[in-house]
Amino acid sequence: MSVSTHPSGRGGRFVRRIAGKIAGAEVVSGDIWDAIQLARHQDRPYPLDYIARLMPDFEEIHGDRAAGDDPAIVAGIGRYHGAPLAIIGQQKGRDAQDRAYRNFGMPSPEGYRKGMRLMELCDRLQIPLVTLIDTPGAFPGAQAEEHGQGGAIARSMMMMLRLSVPTVAVVIGEGSSGGALALGVADRVVMLENATYSVISPEGASAILWRDAAKAKLAAAAFKPIAANCYRWGIADAVVPEPEGGAHTSHDEAARFLDGYLLRTIRELQAIPRVDRNRQRHERFRRLGAQREA
Amino acid sequence: MSRHQISVSIDRLRGKRADAGPTRRMPGDDRSCPKCESHFRADEMERNCYVCAVCGYHFPMTARQRLDHLSGGAGWEEIGGELRAADPLRFIDLQPYTERVQAAEAKGATEAIIAASLEIEGRPCVVAAMDFAFLGGSMGSVVGERFARAAEVAVAQNVPLISITSSGGARMQEGVLALMQMAKSIVALDELAQAGLPFLMVLAHPTTGGVWASFASLGDVTYAEPGALIAFSGPRVIEQTTREKLPADFGLAERQYDHGHVDAVVDRRDLPRRLAHLMMILEQPPRDEAQSLASQLAQNGTERAARMAQALPSLTRRFRGQSESSSAGEVSGS
Ligand SMILES: [Zn+2]
Repeated sequence: MSVSTHPSGRGGRFVRRIAGKIAGAEVVSGDIWDAIQLARHQDRPYPLDYIARLMPDFEEIHGDRAAGDDPAIVAGIGRYHGAPLAIIGQQKGRDAQDRAYRNFGMPSPEGYRKGMRLMELCDRLQIPLVTLIDTPGAFPGAQAEEHGQGGAIARSMMMMLRLSVPTVAVVIGEGSSGGALALGVADRVVMLENATYSVISPEGASAILWRDAAKAKLAAAAFKPIAANCYRWGIADAVVPEPEGGAHTSHDEAARFLDGYLLRTIRELQAIPRVDRNRQRHERFRRLGAQREA
Repeated sequence: MSRHQISVSIDRLRGKRADAGPTRRMPGDDRSCPKCESHFRADEMERNCYVCAVCGYHFPMTARQRLDHLSGGAGWEEIGGELRAADPLRFIDLQPYTERVQAAEAKGATEAIIAASLEIEGRPCVVAAMDFAFLGGSMGSVVGERFARAAEVAVAQNVPLISITSSGGARMQEGVLALMQMAKSIVALDELAQAGLPFLMVLAHPTTGGVWASFASLGDVTYAEPGALIAFSGPRVIEQTTREKLPADFGLAERQYDHGHVDAVVDRRDLPRRLAHLMMILEQPPRDEAQSLASQLAQNGTERAARMAQALPSLTRRFRGQSESSSAGEVSGS
């Protein structure tokens, strides 16, 4: 059982709640839709909300040094419990103007390449990396295609896989499609209690599989993309608790829970020799899948 | 000589005549060219690698046809052929996933990829060829696993890995486990890279979504077949999301070449020769030959170093002489 605890001592209750979710019967479709709404709640903390609480002296980097800067991805470095730490995350906007500026958290290749700039820095200066995943998917636009969206995602995955430093990926909201996985090839992949992780957004799936954009609820029920299921399937290594009612009710408390998990996990990963850590990361992703033999 | 090549298609002329037989323009016939409406016999199709002899349109090919074509009919040894799709989510959209799989299997293929070791024009390699006819060539757990095993066999046999992609992307019916196959394919390619073996990519129509956003983008050398759609998001999705009006050739191989995402657009009929040529270039000399080459280089280096050492004392003397004189000058000046 690898449900996270946190230092304040209230972990016991939360752990019991999450353990119940993980061990319990499969969730019915209504609850899955509720979880998706929570994962996308407009007041839910985004990367910059966590960063402000975890690393007040955060220094953000901008630009991919080739074509531009992508506000849908924030990346930077800061002091975290007395040591440097790097964070990359997809940033959604909170109000209409901000949402447009952040492109609804849908990254372009420039964003992934900015992330890779930071990964290269992490590798060279031996700084651990945390990614905060929250996106409906990579941006489907003509310019994004021409600037190499597919290749940027593939190379971001490859670079994360090869990093010589500890890496933790946290799905903090909705993790959809390759646009999420581009930041998800880490030593530990964890999900917040009400986060979702899926191959595609329910809306995208309903348009493609049901040929009806209004069938998102059906699609969500079919994908069952909630944290407890992802833990069962081995996609998530742990589930980090949220404040009662969801992370949006208290950004401070949500950040404290995440802090407790991150601190312990980064130290745990730092204790593993580099070569072993890298081999385990390879094996982790090599194993995932479900097939039968004829 | 005319600047434009003139090609006359008898089929086309016949197709336009009122008395033309209906077989020449049968809609939905997979031996009718959708571009120029020429119709071919099955043996003509196979002989011409499923390329329209009139206009060069590349018809879809199954994975088996691909392997037969590349191996020149000499046969191939399948890797992971026993693996079949499971239904981890017990997924139902308009039809249960298990029924979709059964229907696809009933048509003869076992999955959307076939991996095999074979020889292309005498050069041993491992090829992982995708099959769009099997559930849109979608990448589920079996595709990921067969691809990974293909890379591992390539490492074990110390030969290059080649992949021919034709896929709509991740297999949605396997949910987030299908998504993870993207990462698995990346792990496989890293094993190949650590073994110092090349990965050659051929992008066939269509290569989109999660396949393009994972291994298909990471070829050491990347070819594309003419007219192949290569995209992360397809034109329809982009037009719906952004209301952009896209040009007719959006995402096609020739345009992707112009944008720098493809090394060459290669006619399918040239693929065996081109791939074998690449493997010939990339092949390392045998170990003892490599050693003798290295020692030869080392010997050249030693001789050069010895010659330099002979010349060195005079250079050093000259340099020392200068520094002595300058320091002497300082002394005399104080
Ligand atoms: Zn034709």
